Amino acid sequence: MARKIRAGIIGPGNIGSDLLSKVLRSDKLEVTSMYGIDDDSKGMRRARKNGLKTFANGIDGIYELEESERPEILFDATSAGAHQHNSEVAQELGIRMVDLTPAAIGPFVSPSVNLNEFIDEMNVNMITCGGQATTPIVSAINDVVPVSYAEIVATISSKSAGPGTRANIDEFTETTANALEVVGGADKGKAIIILNPADPPIIMRDTIYTIVDGEFDEKEIIKAVRQREKEIQTYVPGYSLRQDPVIEGNTISVFVKVEGAGDYLPVYAGNLDIMTASALGVGERIVDYINEKESKGVEMK
Amino acid sequence: MSKKEVTVVEVALRDGSHAIKHQYTVDQVREITKGLDDANIPYIEVSHGDGIGGSSVQYGFSKTRDIELIKAAKDVTTHSKIAVLLLPGIGTVEDLKEAREAGADMVRVATHCTEADVSRQHIEAAKEMGMEVVGFLMMAHMLEPKKLLEQAKLMESYGADVVYATDSAGALLPDEVTERIALLVNELDIAVGFHGHNNLGLAMANTLAAAEAGATYLDGSARALGAGAGNTQTEVMIGVLDKAGYKTGVDLFKIMDVAEDLIDPIMTVPQIIDRDSLTLGYAGVYSSFKLFAQRSGKRHGIDSRDILVELGNQKVVGGQEDMVEDVARELASKK
Repeated sequence: MARKIRAGIIGPGNIGSDLLSKVLRSDKLEVTSMYGIDDDSKGMRRARKNGLKTFANGIDGIYELEESERPEILFDATSAGAHQHNSEVAQELGIRMVDLTPAAIGPFVSPSVNLNEFIDEMNVNMITCGGQATTPIVSAINDVVPVSYAEIVATISSKSAGPGTRANIDEFTETTANALEVVGGADKGKAIIILNPADPPIIMRDTIYTIVDGEFDEKEIIKAVRQREKEIQTYVPGYSLRQDPVIEGNTISVFVKVEGAGDYLPVYAGNLDIMTASALGVGERIVDYINEKESKGVEMK
Repeated sequence: MSKKEVTVVEVALRDGSHAIKHQYTVDQVREITKGLDDANIPYIEVSHGDGIGGSSVQYGFSKTRDIELIKAAKDVTTHSKIAVLLLPGIGTVEDLKEAREAGADMVRVATHCTEADVSRQHIEAAKEMGMEVVGFLMMAHMLEPKKLLEQAKLMESYGADVVYATDSAGALLPDEVTERIALLVNELDIAVGFHGHNNLGLAMANTLAAAEAGATYLDGSARALGAGAGNTQTEVMIGVLDKAGYKTGVDLFKIMDVAEDLIDPIMTVPQIIDRDSLTLGYAGVYSSFKLFAQRSGKRHGIDSRDILVELGNQKVVGGQEDMVEDVARELASKK
């Protein structure tokens, strides 16, 4: 019988708080704990208002919970630095970890692309916001014809780029480029990020360029990309192509925009929303997996 | 009365790269650098127009890898220093390490004028590598002087040795340059620089205004080779600054020769203020968008000026070349 799985969130900042809004609406996950460092922060107070137990000593607070109260899935919305310790604790306690930081201890996953391959992993990484918006498209194109080079340009409003992003611009581009290769299937990846301070804040946009190797049917490309767009929309409704892919010789360009759901973060912060929505997608798929296994009588650690 | 000293930074091998679609060869760079070194130019900037790591579909692929060009330039200089440009979000600290190893002495870390804090990582890394560091605040016409100063102060706090007000769109008027430079000079402890573009025909006047306001680093490009209508024409600048009482140390006749004999032959189109360049300055649009607007305009049957004006309305910043195609398509669909 399918059961709701208990979840916890580490990090009550912007991403963690937006994720909280989404998980609260889930009928597969039951979020019961929030782990932070400042008991009085906006995010912690909001978590308590929503019935969660909060711990101001970070993930170490989890040891204060009875085993029967502990989450079976943790979402880490802190930082690459903090993730190391968080993942050690999760590993020790046998708790599955969905990592929204750039730490990437576990494999990169993107719900519409390769989640099934890594569904049994105890730690999976959500790449970057740009990575979630673009690697699925590159992968869809790669399924039709080999992609030798994939380049993405993520343009986000200055307002939606927090101190974490700003201090780690290089990491964003390097991690995303890596994912274009590992998840997208490109031989070589490159990622560019641009911040635009225009007011009113701009909606996140991503431009995906792929250089492909070999002959291909243009119609097949457009079909594959549009199909992938639909798949992404099942967990990120605000994701859409701005126009049909542009094909010039062996360069295929796709122009995407991501409008946030406006749960906790404003609508222009689509870059953060695609992160939380994708993480939720992963979390719910893990729940399905756990329930499938349990119904077959396999003991879940 | 002693002459005020000014340090000239030559950008033909970087901003000029935009004008020739990043097609510099090792031989061209060697020859031009030798000429500049001979003319006593203190700093020679060598990179893709959008900085190291800029070679891409988005900005255009380089014919020759930046690292090869930097090595070639370093090889032939006897006293000039080699600078590179780096835009966080495009180039990384890893790219910088490579450039440093190839011989770069200085790095100019460029951000949009409101986003100085993304440069911290790179400025600090550059200082650790023992490089001279310039903070480059782009599209300076888009930010009021007081706020520009705040951003400049951030770069200063990260360790920049010089901060520039950069008129990427060639949109500033001389008074506006004076306002910005004077404030930076008064409030910062480090040197202040100015980088001009000639889209409104004001590059030389703006550069002179910057010098009068206290800027001690000034950019020029031999024969004005650069994005849009090009930069402040170096050889002209040397003559003007000399007449105005500034000491640059650059040999006027020799820099004229570099422009005439080495740069002019490689230019594919004259470096003039054509209607697209004028529109860049008028609408306040990043100069490197010109060629992209012309291409998209042709592709969609739209006047490139309309594309540029719309880009200006949408307050598009440097680096957003992909927006050009977007805007062109949108305008075409409304026709």
